[in-house]
Amino acid sequence: MQVALSIQGLQKTYANNTEALKSINLQVDEGDFFALLGGNGAGKTTAIGIVCGLLNKTAGNVCVLGLDQDTHGNDIKRLIGLMPQEFNFDPFEPIEEILINQAGYHGISRSASRAQAEILLKRMQLWDKRFDIAKSLSGGMKRRLMLARALIHQPKILILDEPTAGVDVKIRHSIWAYLKEINRDGMTIILTTHYLEEAESLCRNIAILNEGEVVEQTSMKKLLSKVTHQIIILESTSTLPEYIKEDGFECERLDDYSLQVVLGSDINITDVLQNLAKQNVSVDHVRSAQNRLETLFLHLTQKQQSEQS
Amino acid sequence: MWIAYKTIITKEVLRFSRIWVQTIFPPIITTSLYLLIFGGLMGERIGQMQGIDYLQYIIPGIILMTVITNSYSNTVMSFFLAKFNHSIEEVLVSPVPYWVILLGYISGGVVRGFVVGVCVFITVSLFVKVEIDSIWITLITFLLTAILFSLAGFINAIFAKSFDDVTIVPTFVLMPMTYLGGMFYSIDILPQFWQDVSKFNPIYYMVDSFRLGFFGVSSSDFLTSVSVLVVITFALAIIAFYLLKRGVSIKT
Repeated sequence: MQVALSIQGLQKTYANNTEALKSINLQVDEGDFFALLGGNGAGKTTAIGIVCGLLNKTAGNVCVLGLDQDTHGNDIKRLIGLMPQEFNFDPFEPIEEILINQAGYHGISRSASRAQAEILLKRMQLWDKRFDIAKSLSGGMKRRLMLARALIHQPKILILDEPTAGVDVKIRHSIWAYLKEINRDGMTIILTTHYLEEAESLCRNIAILNEGEVVEQTSMKKLLSKVTHQIIILESTSTLPEYIKEDGFECERLDDYSLQVVLGSDINITDVLQNLAKQNVSVDHVRSAQNRLETLFLHLTQKQQSEQS
Repeated sequence: MWIAYKTIITKEVLRFSRIWVQTIFPPIITTSLYLLIFGGLMGERIGQMQGIDYLQYIIPGIILMTVITNSYSNTVMSFFLAKFNHSIEEVLVSPVPYWVILLGYISGGVVRGFVVGVCVFITVSLFVKVEIDSIWITLITFLLTAILFSLAGFINAIFAKSFDDVTIVPTFVLMPMTYLGGMFYSIDILPQFWQDVSKFNPIYYMVDSFRLGFFGVSSSDFLTSVSVLVVITFALAIIAFYLLKRGVSIKT
Protein backbone atom coordinates (compact mmCIF):
# COMPACT_ATOMS: atom_id res chain seq x y z
CA MET A 1 0.00 0.00 0.00
CA GLN A 2 1.28 3.45 -0.95
CA VAL A 3 1.78 6.12 1.66
CA ALA A 4 -0.75 8.90 1.10
CA LEU A 5 0.85 11.42 3.43
CA SER A 6 4.27 11.37 5.01
CA ILE A 7 5.40 14.13 7.34
CA GLN A 8 8.97 14.13 8.63
CA GLY A 9 10.38 16.50 11.24
CA LEU A 10 7.78 19.16 10.46
CA GLN A 11 8.30 22.36 12.43
CA LYS A 12 6.44 25.62 12.44
CA THR A 13 7.32 28.70 14.43
CA TYR A 14 5.11 31.72 13.84
CA ALA A 15 6.43 35.28 13.55
CA ASN A 16 5.47 35.92 17.20
CA ASN A 17 7.79 33.00 18.18
CA THR A 18 4.92 30.62 18.98
CA GLU A 19 6.20 27.12 18.34
CA ALA A 20 3.10 25.49 16.85
CA LEU A 21 4.79 22.28 15.65
CA LYS A 22 7.87 20.78 17.28
CA SER A 23 9.28 18.40 14.68
CA ILE A 24 6.34 16.06 14.16
CA ASN A 25 6.37 12.81 12.19
CA LEU A 26 3.19 11.34 10.75
CA GLN A 27 2.28 8.72 8.22
CA VAL A 28 -1.12 8.10 6.64
CA ASP A 29 -1.62 5.16 4.28
CA GLU A 30 -3.57 5.40 1.06
CA GLY A 31 -7.25 4.60 1.57
CA ASP A 32 -7.07 5.18 5.31
CA PHE A 33 -9.63 7.05 7.38
CA PHE A 34 -7.27 8.84 9.73
CA ALA A 35 -8.06 10.92 12.80
CA LEU A 36 -5.80 13.76 13.88
CA LEU A 37 -6.88 14.72 17.36
CA GLY A 38 -5.72 17.38 19.75
CA GLY A 39 -7.01 20.16 21.94
CA ASN A 40 -7.21 23.79 20.94
CA GLY A 41 -3.76 25.04 19.93
CA ALA A 42 -2.34 21.52 19.62
CA GLY A 43 -1.11 22.23 16.09
CA LYS A 44 -3.66 20.31 13.98
CA THR A 45 -4.75 23.24 11.82
CA THR A 46 -1.15 24.38 11.42
CA ALA A 47 -0.11 20.92 10.20
CA ILE A 48 -3.04 20.80 7.79
CA GLY A 49 -2.30 24.35 6.59
CA ILE A 50 1.27 23.40 5.74
CA VAL A 51 0.24 20.21 3.91
CA CYS A 52 -2.32 22.16 1.83
CA GLY A 53 0.03 25.04 1.00
CA LEU A 54 -1.71 27.64 3.13
CA LEU A 55 1.23 28.11 5.47
CA ASN A 56 4.98 28.13 5.08
CA LYS A 57 6.82 25.54 7.15
CA THR A 58 9.84 26.37 9.28
CA ALA A 59 11.55 23.02 8.69
CA GLY A 60 10.79 19.43 7.78
CA ASN A 61 9.49 17.49 4.85
CA VAL A 62 6.01 16.75 3.49
CA CYS A 63 5.35 14.06 0.87
CA VAL A 64 1.96 13.32 -0.67
CA LEU A 65 1.56 10.08 -2.63
CA GLY A 66 5.31 10.01 -3.19
CA LEU A 67 5.57 13.63 -4.31
CA ASP A 68 7.80 16.01 -2.37
CA GLN A 69 6.06 19.27 -1.52
CA ASP A 70 9.25 21.28 -2.06
CA THR A 71 9.50 20.22 -5.69
CA HIS A 72 5.91 19.26 -6.61
CA GLY A 73 3.84 21.77 -4.63
CA ASN A 74 1.22 22.34 -7.33
CA ASP A 75 0.97 18.61 -8.23
CA ILE A 76 0.23 17.91 -4.56
CA LYS A 77 -2.50 20.57 -4.51
CA ARG A 78 -4.28 18.69 -7.32
CA LEU A 79 -4.41 15.58 -5.10
CA ILE A 80 -5.81 17.22 -1.98
CA GLY A 81 -9.24 18.58 -1.15
CA LEU A 82 -9.46 20.71 1.98
CA MET A 83 -12.47 21.53 4.07
CA PRO A 84 -11.13 24.09 6.55
CA GLN A 85 -12.33 24.88 10.02
CA GLU A 86 -13.19 28.54 9.32
CA PHE A 87 -15.59 29.65 6.61
CA ASN A 88 -13.36 30.86 3.80
CA PHE A 89 -15.49 31.82 0.85
CA ASP A 90 -16.72 35.09 -0.55
CA PRO A 91 -19.98 35.56 1.36
CA PHE A 92 -21.57 37.46 -1.53
CA GLU A 93 -20.93 34.80 -4.15
CA PRO A 94 -23.73 32.39 -5.20
CA ILE A 95 -22.95 28.90 -3.96
CA GLU A 96 -22.90 27.20 -7.35
CA GLU A 97 -20.40 29.84 -8.50
CA ILE A 98 -18.19 29.06 -5.49
CA LEU A 99 -17.94 25.44 -6.62
CA ILE A 100 -17.46 26.25 -10.30
CA ASN A 101 -14.78 28.83 -9.50
CA GLN A 102 -12.95 26.34 -7.29
CA ALA A 103 -12.99 23.86 -10.16
CA GLY A 104 -11.72 26.65 -12.42
CA TYR A 105 -8.72 27.21 -10.16
CA HIS A 106 -7.97 23.51 -10.69
CA GLY A 107 -8.13 23.98 -14.45
CA ILE A 108 -11.58 22.40 -14.92
CA SER A 109 -13.80 24.23 -17.41
CA ARG A 110 -17.16 25.66 -16.36
CA SER A 111 -19.10 23.23 -18.53
CA ALA A 112 -17.25 20.22 -17.10
CA SER A 113 -17.56 21.35 -13.50
CA ARG A 114 -21.28 22.15 -13.69
CA ALA A 115 -22.25 18.45 -13.72
CA GLN A 116 -19.98 17.63 -10.76
CA ALA A 117 -21.30 20.67 -8.88
CA GLU A 118 -24.86 19.44 -9.41
CA ILE A 119 -24.04 15.96 -8.06
CA LEU A 120 -22.32 17.38 -4.98
CA LEU A 121 -24.90 20.06 -4.24
CA LYS A 122 -27.71 17.53 -4.50
CA ARG A 123 -25.81 15.15 -2.23
CA MET A 124 -25.26 17.93 0.31
CA GLN A 125 -28.94 18.93 0.06
CA LEU A 126 -27.98 22.38 -1.23
CA TRP A 127 -29.23 22.14 -4.80
CA ASP A 128 -32.31 24.27 -4.13
CA LYS A 129 -30.04 26.98 -2.74
CA ARG A 130 -27.59 27.02 -5.64
CA PHE A 131 -28.39 30.60 -6.71
CA ASP A 132 -28.37 31.97 -3.14
CA ILE A 133 -25.35 33.86 -1.88
CA ALA A 134 -23.23 32.01 0.67
CA LYS A 135 -23.96 34.62 3.33
CA SER A 136 -27.62 33.57 3.42
CA LEU A 137 -26.85 29.94 4.37
CA SER A 138 -27.06 28.54 7.88
CA GLY A 139 -23.89 27.40 9.67
CA GLY A 140 -24.53 23.74 8.84
CA MET A 141 -25.21 24.56 5.19
CA LYS A 142 -21.97 26.54 4.98
CA ARG A 143 -20.07 23.48 6.27
CA ARG A 144 -21.72 21.27 3.65
CA LEU A 145 -20.88 23.84 0.99
CA MET A 146 -17.23 23.69 2.02
CA LEU A 147 -17.32 19.88 1.87
CA ALA A 148 -18.77 20.02 -1.64
CA ARG A 149 -16.13 22.56 -2.65
CA ALA A 150 -13.35 20.33 -1.29
CA LEU A 151 -14.59 17.50 -3.52
CA ILE A 152 -15.30 19.44 -6.73
CA HIS A 153 -11.96 18.52 -8.35
CA GLN A 154 -12.27 14.86 -7.25
CA PRO A 155 -9.15 14.72 -5.07
CA LYS A 156 -7.45 11.55 -3.87
CA ILE A 157 -7.01 12.83 -0.33
CA LEU A 158 -9.68 14.69 1.59
CA ILE A 159 -8.65 16.71 4.62
CA LEU A 160 -11.45 17.71 6.96
CA ASP A 161 -10.84 20.20 9.73
CA GLU A 162 -13.80 19.99 12.13
CA PRO A 163 -16.28 19.00 9.40
CA THR A 164 -19.40 18.67 11.52
CA ALA A 165 -18.99 21.57 13.94
CA GLY A 166 -22.35 23.33 14.21
CA VAL A 167 -24.14 20.71 12.11
CA ASP A 168 -27.34 19.15 13.48
CA VAL A 169 -27.44 15.46 14.39
CA LYS A 170 -29.41 14.35 11.31
CA ILE A 171 -27.13 16.12 8.84
CA ARG A 172 -24.07 15.02 10.80
CA HIS A 173 -25.05 11.39 10.39
CA SER A 174 -25.71 11.87 6.68
CA ILE A 175 -22.25 13.46 6.31
CA TRP A 176 -20.70 10.51 8.18
CA ALA A 177 -22.47 8.09 5.86
CA TYR A 178 -21.20 10.00 2.82
CA LEU A 179 -17.65 10.10 4.15
CA LYS A 180 -17.73 6.35 4.82
CA GLU A 181 -18.98 5.79 1.27
CA ILE A 182 -16.25 7.83 -0.44
CA ASN A 183 -13.64 6.24 1.82
CA ARG A 184 -14.89 2.78 0.76
CA ASP A 185 -14.47 3.95 -2.84
CA GLY A 186 -10.78 4.55 -2.13
CA MET A 187 -10.46 8.15 -1.01
CA THR A 188 -8.01 8.76 1.82
CA ILE A 189 -9.60 10.88 4.52
CA ILE A 190 -7.80 12.79 7.24
CA LEU A 191 -10.10 14.17 9.89
CA THR A 192 -9.68 16.49 12.82
CA THR A 193 -12.60 16.81 15.15
CA HIS A 194 -13.59 17.77 18.64
CA TYR A 195 -16.32 15.12 18.60
CA LEU A 196 -14.31 12.12 19.74
CA GLU A 197 -17.18 9.72 19.10
CA GLU A 198 -16.99 10.93 15.49
CA ALA A 199 -13.34 9.88 15.27
CA GLU A 200 -14.09 6.60 17.05
CA SER A 201 -16.91 5.64 14.73
CA LEU A 202 -15.25 6.73 11.47
CA CYS A 203 -11.49 6.35 11.72
CA ARG A 204 -9.23 3.30 11.55
CA ASN A 205 -6.01 5.00 12.57
CA ILE A 206 -5.29 7.90 14.83
CA ALA A 207 -2.65 10.38 15.90
CA ILE A 208 -2.94 12.61 18.93
CA LEU A 209 -1.22 15.97 18.90
CA ASN A 210 -0.55 17.92 22.06
CA GLU A 211 1.28 21.23 22.23
CA GLY A 212 2.86 20.71 18.83
CA GLU A 213 4.02 17.13 19.43
CA VAL A 214 2.62 13.75 18.40
CA VAL A 215 1.94 11.94 21.66
CA GLU A 216 0.40 8.84 20.10
CA GLN A 217 0.04 7.34 16.64
CA THR A 218 -1.56 3.95 16.32
CA SER A 219 -4.65 2.12 15.11
CA MET A 220 -7.97 2.96 16.72
CA LYS A 221 -8.36 -0.66 17.85
CA LYS A 222 -4.99 -0.73 19.60
CA LEU A 223 -5.61 2.60 21.24
CA LEU A 224 -9.03 1.61 22.55
CA SER A 225 -7.64 -1.66 23.89
CA LYS A 226 -5.53 0.49 26.21
CA VAL A 227 -8.65 1.63 28.01
CA THR A 228 -8.11 0.27 31.52
CA HIS A 229 -11.18 1.72 33.09
CA GLN A 230 -14.54 3.02 32.02
CA ILE A 231 -16.92 5.33 33.80
CA ILE A 232 -20.64 4.53 33.64
CA ILE A 233 -23.73 6.10 35.14
CA LEU A 234 -26.41 3.85 36.63
CA GLU A 235 -29.86 5.34 37.03
CA SER A 236 -32.70 4.08 39.17
CA THR A 237 -36.36 5.10 39.41
CA SER A 238 -36.32 4.36 43.16
CA THR A 239 -34.25 6.25 45.70
CA LEU A 240 -30.74 4.87 46.14
CA PRO A 241 -29.54 3.88 49.64
CA GLU A 242 -27.26 6.34 51.43
CA TYR A 243 -24.45 3.78 51.67
CA ILE A 244 -23.45 1.37 48.91
CA LYS A 245 -20.78 -1.21 49.55
CA GLU A 246 -18.00 -1.14 46.93
CA ASP A 247 -16.99 -4.68 46.09
CA GLY A 248 -14.33 -4.73 43.38
CA PHE A 249 -15.46 -1.45 41.89
CA GLU A 250 -15.50 2.23 42.81
CA CYS A 251 -18.75 4.13 42.97
CA GLU A 252 -20.00 7.57 43.82
CA ARG A 253 -23.58 8.56 44.56
CA LEU A 254 -24.31 11.57 42.31
CA ASP A 255 -27.84 12.19 43.60
CA ASP A 256 -30.79 10.20 45.00
CA TYR A 257 -31.32 8.39 41.70
CA SER A 258 -27.94 8.12 39.98
CA LEU A 259 -24.66 6.46 40.71
CA GLN A 260 -21.30 6.84 38.99
CA VAL A 261 -19.30 3.60 38.76
CA VAL A 262 -15.68 3.18 37.63
CA LEU A 263 -15.17 -0.19 35.96
CA GLY A 264 -11.68 -1.59 36.03
CA SER A 265 -10.33 -4.17 33.57
CA ASP A 266 -10.97 -7.00 36.10
CA ILE A 267 -14.69 -6.36 36.59
CA ASN A 268 -17.54 -6.16 34.10
CA ILE A 269 -20.93 -4.52 34.18
CA THR A 270 -22.78 -7.80 34.95
CA ASP A 271 -20.75 -8.28 38.13
CA VAL A 272 -21.52 -4.73 39.23
CA LEU A 273 -25.25 -5.10 38.55
CA GLN A 274 -25.39 -8.44 40.41
CA ASN A 275 -23.52 -6.90 43.31
CA LEU A 276 -25.90 -3.94 43.48
CA ALA A 277 -28.94 -6.25 43.23
CA LYS A 278 -27.69 -8.02 46.36
CA GLN A 279 -27.79 -4.62 48.09
CA ASN A 280 -31.39 -4.12 46.88
CA VAL A 281 -30.35 -1.46 44.38
CA SER A 282 -32.44 -1.73 41.24
CA VAL A 283 -30.89 -0.27 38.09
CA ASP A 284 -33.25 0.85 35.34
CA HIS A 285 -30.86 2.57 32.98
CA VAL A 286 -27.12 2.37 32.18
CA ARG A 287 -25.15 4.92 30.19
CA SER A 288 -21.52 5.72 29.57
CA ALA A 289 -20.30 8.82 31.40
CA GLN A 290 -17.41 9.37 29.04
CA ASN A 291 -16.54 8.23 25.56
CA ARG A 292 -13.77 5.62 25.64
CA LEU A 293 -11.58 7.62 23.30
CA GLU A 294 -12.20 10.74 25.34
CA THR A 295 -10.89 8.94 28.43
CA LEU A 296 -7.68 8.00 26.61
CA PHE A 297 -7.32 11.37 24.98
CA LEU A 298 -7.47 13.16 28.30
CA HIS A 299 -5.13 10.61 29.85
CA LEU A 300 -2.50 10.97 27.11
CA THR A 301 -2.57 14.77 26.90
CA GLN A 302 -2.64 15.26 30.67
CA LYS A 303 0.18 12.74 31.10
CA GLN A 304 2.39 14.73 28.74
CA GLN A 305 1.56 17.98 30.50
CA SER A 306 2.41 16.58 33.92
CA GLU A 307 5.68 15.11 32.55
CA GLN A 308 6.63 18.52 31.19
CA SER A 309 5.82 20.31 34.43
CA MET B 1 -3.52 27.84 -16.35
CA TRP B 2 -5.68 29.65 -18.91
CA ILE B 3 -8.86 28.39 -17.18
CA ALA B 4 -7.56 29.45 -13.77
CA TYR B 5 -6.67 32.90 -15.14
CA LYS B 6 -10.09 33.19 -16.79
CA THR B 7 -11.75 32.19 -13.50
CA ILE B 8 -9.90 34.87 -11.50
CA ILE B 9 -10.58 37.65 -14.00
CA THR B 10 -14.25 36.64 -14.46
CA LYS B 11 -14.70 36.69 -10.70
CA GLU B 12 -13.04 40.11 -10.51
CA VAL B 13 -15.19 41.60 -13.27
CA LEU B 14 -18.37 40.15 -11.75
CA ARG B 15 -17.37 41.54 -8.36
CA PHE B 16 -17.06 45.15 -9.48
CA SER B 17 -20.02 44.85 -11.87
CA ARG B 18 -22.29 43.63 -9.07
CA ILE B 19 -21.54 46.81 -7.12
CA TRP B 20 -21.60 49.19 -10.12
CA VAL B 21 -23.26 51.88 -8.01
CA GLN B 22 -20.10 52.01 -5.89
CA THR B 23 -17.54 51.33 -8.62
CA ILE B 24 -18.66 52.75 -11.97
CA PHE B 25 -21.26 55.41 -11.24
CA PRO B 26 -19.34 57.73 -8.79
CA PRO B 27 -16.52 58.59 -11.27
CA ILE B 28 -19.13 59.74 -13.77
CA ILE B 29 -20.61 62.13 -11.21
CA THR B 30 -17.16 63.36 -10.12
CA THR B 31 -16.12 63.92 -13.74
CA SER B 32 -19.22 65.97 -14.46
CA LEU B 33 -18.48 68.14 -11.41
CA TYR B 34 -14.84 68.63 -12.42
CA LEU B 35 -15.90 69.69 -15.90
CA LEU B 36 -18.54 72.03 -14.55
CA ILE B 37 -16.35 73.71 -11.91
CA PHE B 38 -12.79 73.61 -13.27
CA GLY B 39 -13.61 73.60 -16.96
CA GLY B 40 -16.85 75.49 -17.26
CA LEU B 41 -16.75 78.09 -14.48
CA MET B 42 -12.99 78.62 -13.98
CA GLY B 43 -11.80 77.56 -17.42
CA GLU B 44 -13.07 80.68 -19.17
CA ARG B 45 -10.91 82.84 -16.88
CA ILE B 46 -7.83 80.66 -17.38
CA GLY B 47 -8.16 80.70 -21.16
CA GLN B 48 -5.69 78.38 -22.87
CA MET B 49 -2.88 76.10 -21.74
CA GLN B 50 -0.24 74.84 -24.17
CA GLY B 51 -2.43 76.39 -26.88
CA ILE B 52 -5.51 74.35 -25.96
CA ASP B 53 -8.78 75.57 -24.40
CA TYR B 54 -8.63 74.83 -20.69
CA LEU B 55 -11.92 72.91 -20.71
CA GLN B 56 -10.45 70.51 -23.26
CA TYR B 57 -6.99 70.59 -21.70
CA ILE B 58 -8.10 68.99 -18.45
CA ILE B 59 -9.99 66.11 -20.10
CA PRO B 60 -7.04 63.66 -20.42
CA GLY B 61 -6.11 64.40 -16.80
CA ILE B 62 -9.63 63.74 -15.56
CA ILE B 63 -9.90 60.45 -17.48
CA LEU B 64 -6.48 59.33 -16.32
CA MET B 65 -7.27 60.22 -12.72
CA THR B 66 -10.28 57.89 -12.79
CA VAL B 67 -8.16 55.15 -14.38
CA ILE B 68 -5.52 55.55 -11.65
CA THR B 69 -8.05 55.59 -8.81
CA ASN B 70 -10.12 52.68 -10.09
CA SER B 71 -7.25 50.39 -11.08
CA TYR B 72 -5.65 50.95 -7.69
CA SER B 73 -8.79 50.60 -5.62
CA ASN B 74 -9.95 47.49 -7.50
CA THR B 75 -6.87 45.42 -6.70
CA VAL B 76 -6.30 46.81 -3.23
CA MET B 77 -9.91 46.21 -2.18
CA SER B 78 -10.38 42.90 -3.92
CA PHE B 79 -7.17 41.31 -2.65
CA PHE B 80 -7.54 42.76 0.83
CA LEU B 81 -11.13 41.46 1.09
CA ALA B 82 -9.97 38.04 -0.14
CA LYS B 83 -7.41 38.09 2.69
CA PHE B 84 -9.93 39.43 5.17
CA ASN B 85 -12.63 36.81 4.52
CA HIS B 86 -9.97 34.12 3.85
CA SER B 87 -11.36 33.41 0.38
CA ILE B 88 -7.80 33.83 -0.92
CA GLU B 89 -7.31 30.31 0.49
CA GLU B 90 -9.50 28.98 -2.34
CA VAL B 91 -6.76 30.02 -4.74
CA LEU B 92 -3.84 29.12 -2.48
CA VAL B 93 -4.95 25.48 -2.06
CA SER B 94 -5.31 25.17 -5.83
CA PRO B 95 -2.51 24.51 -8.33
CA VAL B 96 -2.53 28.07 -9.65
CA PRO B 97 0.98 29.45 -10.25
CA TYR B 98 1.67 32.67 -8.38
CA TRP B 99 2.22 34.62 -11.57
CA VAL B 100 -1.27 33.62 -12.75
CA ILE B 101 -2.79 34.82 -9.46
CA LEU B 102 -0.96 38.14 -9.84
CA LEU B 103 -1.91 38.44 -13.51
CA GLY B 104 -5.56 37.70 -12.70
CA TYR B 105 -5.84 40.41 -10.07
CA ILE B 106 -3.91 42.95 -12.17
CA SER B 107 -6.14 42.21 -15.17
CA GLY B 108 -9.18 42.83 -12.98
CA GLY B 109 -7.79 46.27 -12.11
CA VAL B 110 -6.99 47.04 -15.75
CA VAL B 111 -10.49 46.01 -16.89
CA ARG B 112 -12.12 48.21 -14.25
CA GLY B 113 -9.82 51.09 -15.19
CA PHE B 114 -10.78 50.61 -18.84
CA VAL B 115 -14.54 50.33 -18.18
CA VAL B 116 -14.60 53.39 -15.94
CA GLY B 117 -12.26 55.28 -18.30
CA VAL B 118 -14.60 54.60 -21.25
CA CYS B 119 -17.66 55.64 -19.19
CA VAL B 120 -15.94 58.89 -18.22
CA PHE B 121 -14.86 59.48 -21.82
CA ILE B 122 -18.48 59.08 -22.97
CA THR B 123 -19.66 61.46 -20.22
CA VAL B 124 -17.01 64.02 -21.17
CA SER B 125 -18.05 63.75 -24.84
CA LEU B 126 -21.51 64.95 -23.84
CA PHE B 127 -20.03 68.24 -22.62
CA VAL B 128 -17.08 68.85 -24.95
CA LYS B 129 -16.10 67.78 -28.44
CA VAL B 130 -13.19 65.37 -27.90
CA GLU B 131 -10.82 64.20 -30.62
CA ILE B 132 -7.94 61.79 -30.15
CA ASP B 133 -4.74 62.62 -32.02
CA SER B 134 -3.11 59.18 -31.62
CA ILE B 135 -5.15 56.23 -30.41
CA TRP B 136 -2.00 54.11 -29.94
CA ILE B 137 -0.23 56.59 -27.68
CA THR B 138 -3.47 56.97 -25.71
CA LEU B 139 -3.96 53.20 -25.36
CA ILE B 140 -0.32 52.46 -24.48
CA THR B 141 -0.38 55.17 -21.80
CA PHE B 142 -3.71 53.94 -20.45
CA LEU B 143 -2.46 50.35 -20.29
CA LEU B 144 0.83 51.22 -18.56
CA THR B 145 -0.99 53.47 -16.08
CA ALA B 146 -3.63 50.85 -15.25
CA ILE B 147 -1.05 48.05 -14.85
CA LEU B 148 1.27 50.20 -12.74
CA PHE B 149 -1.46 51.30 -10.33
CA SER B 150 -3.05 47.85 -10.17
CA LEU B 151 0.35 46.51 -9.10
CA ALA B 152 0.73 49.30 -6.55
CA GLY B 153 -2.74 48.47 -5.17
CA PHE B 154 -1.84 44.79 -4.98
CA ILE B 155 1.31 45.53 -2.95
CA ASN B 156 -0.72 47.80 -0.65
CA ALA B 157 -3.25 44.98 -0.13
CA ILE B 158 -0.50 42.49 0.75
CA PHE B 159 0.73 44.69 3.59
CA ALA B 160 -2.69 45.98 4.68
CA LYS B 161 -3.87 44.61 8.01
CA SER B 162 -7.00 46.75 8.39
CA PHE B 163 -9.38 48.82 6.28
CA ASP B 164 -7.46 51.91 7.44
CA ASP B 165 -4.33 50.59 5.74
CA VAL B 166 -6.29 50.28 2.50
CA THR B 167 -7.40 53.92 2.54
CA ILE B 168 -4.25 55.59 3.90
CA VAL B 169 -2.16 55.23 0.73
CA PRO B 170 -4.82 56.52 -1.71
CA THR B 171 -5.58 59.49 0.54
CA PHE B 172 -2.12 60.54 1.64
CA VAL B 173 0.06 59.35 -1.24
CA LEU B 174 -1.96 58.75 -4.38
CA MET B 175 -4.17 61.83 -4.28
CA PRO B 176 -1.33 64.38 -3.73
CA MET B 177 0.76 62.64 -6.42
CA THR B 178 -2.16 62.82 -8.82
CA TYR B 179 -2.91 66.49 -8.24
CA LEU B 180 0.79 67.47 -8.32
CA GLY B 181 1.49 65.45 -11.45
CA GLY B 182 0.12 68.08 -13.83
CA MET B 183 -3.38 66.70 -13.94
CA PHE B 184 -4.95 70.17 -14.29
CA TYR B 185 -1.97 72.19 -15.52
CA SER B 186 1.20 72.00 -17.54
CA ILE B 187 4.30 71.79 -15.37
CA ASP B 188 5.85 74.36 -17.72
CA ILE B 189 4.03 77.07 -15.74
CA LEU B 190 5.80 76.05 -12.50
CA PRO B 191 9.09 77.55 -11.24
CA GLN B 192 12.13 75.51 -12.40
CA PHE B 193 12.59 73.87 -8.97
CA TRP B 194 9.05 72.48 -8.92
CA GLN B 195 9.35 71.42 -12.55
CA ASP B 196 12.38 69.32 -11.56
CA VAL B 197 10.53 67.90 -8.54
CA SER B 198 7.54 66.98 -10.73
CA LYS B 199 9.81 64.86 -12.92
CA PHE B 200 10.21 62.42 -10.00
CA ASN B 201 6.45 61.87 -10.01
CA PRO B 202 5.48 59.02 -12.38
CA ILE B 203 2.00 60.50 -12.80
CA TYR B 204 3.55 63.46 -14.60
CA TYR B 205 4.79 61.12 -17.36
CA MET B 206 1.40 59.41 -17.61
CA VAL B 207 -0.56 62.64 -17.91
CA ASP B 208 1.94 64.12 -20.30
CA SER B 209 1.82 61.09 -22.61
CA PHE B 210 -1.95 60.82 -22.37
CA ARG B 211 -2.23 64.48 -23.35
CA LEU B 212 0.13 63.78 -26.24
CA GLY B 213 -2.25 61.03 -27.36
CA PHE B 214 -5.21 63.40 -27.20
CA PHE B 215 -3.78 66.68 -28.51
CA GLY B 216 -0.34 65.88 -29.95
CA VAL B 217 1.38 68.26 -27.50
CA SER B 218 3.53 67.34 -24.51
CA SER B 219 6.20 68.70 -22.19
CA SER B 220 8.54 65.71 -22.47
CA ASP B 221 9.53 63.09 -25.02
CA PHE B 222 7.08 60.14 -25.37
CA LEU B 223 9.87 57.55 -25.40
CA THR B 224 11.28 58.91 -22.14
CA SER B 225 7.81 58.80 -20.55
CA VAL B 226 7.15 55.23 -21.69
CA SER B 227 10.62 54.11 -20.53
CA VAL B 228 10.04 55.57 -17.06
CA LEU B 229 6.63 53.88 -16.79
CA VAL B 230 7.89 50.52 -18.09
CA VAL B 231 10.80 50.50 -15.59
CA ILE B 232 8.51 51.35 -12.65
CA THR B 233 5.88 48.80 -13.75
CA PHE B 234 8.52 46.11 -14.12
CA ALA B 235 9.96 46.88 -10.67
CA LEU B 236 6.53 46.78 -9.04
CA ALA B 237 5.71 43.49 -10.82
CA ILE B 238 8.87 41.89 -9.43
CA ILE B 239 8.14 43.15 -5.90
CA ALA B 240 4.48 42.01 -6.03
CA PHE B 241 5.43 38.56 -7.35
CA TYR B 242 8.15 38.14 -4.71
CA LEU B 243 5.80 39.13 -1.87
CA LEU B 244 3.06 36.81 -3.13
CA LYS B 245 5.42 33.87 -3.60
CA ARG B 246 6.90 34.35 -0.15
CA GLY B 247 3.36 34.51 1.22
CA VAL B 248 4.07 37.74 3.10
CA SER B 249 1.14 38.38 5.46
CA ILE B 250 -0.74 35.50 3.82
CA LYS B 251 1.13 32.29 4.58
CA THR B 252 3.16 33.28 7.62
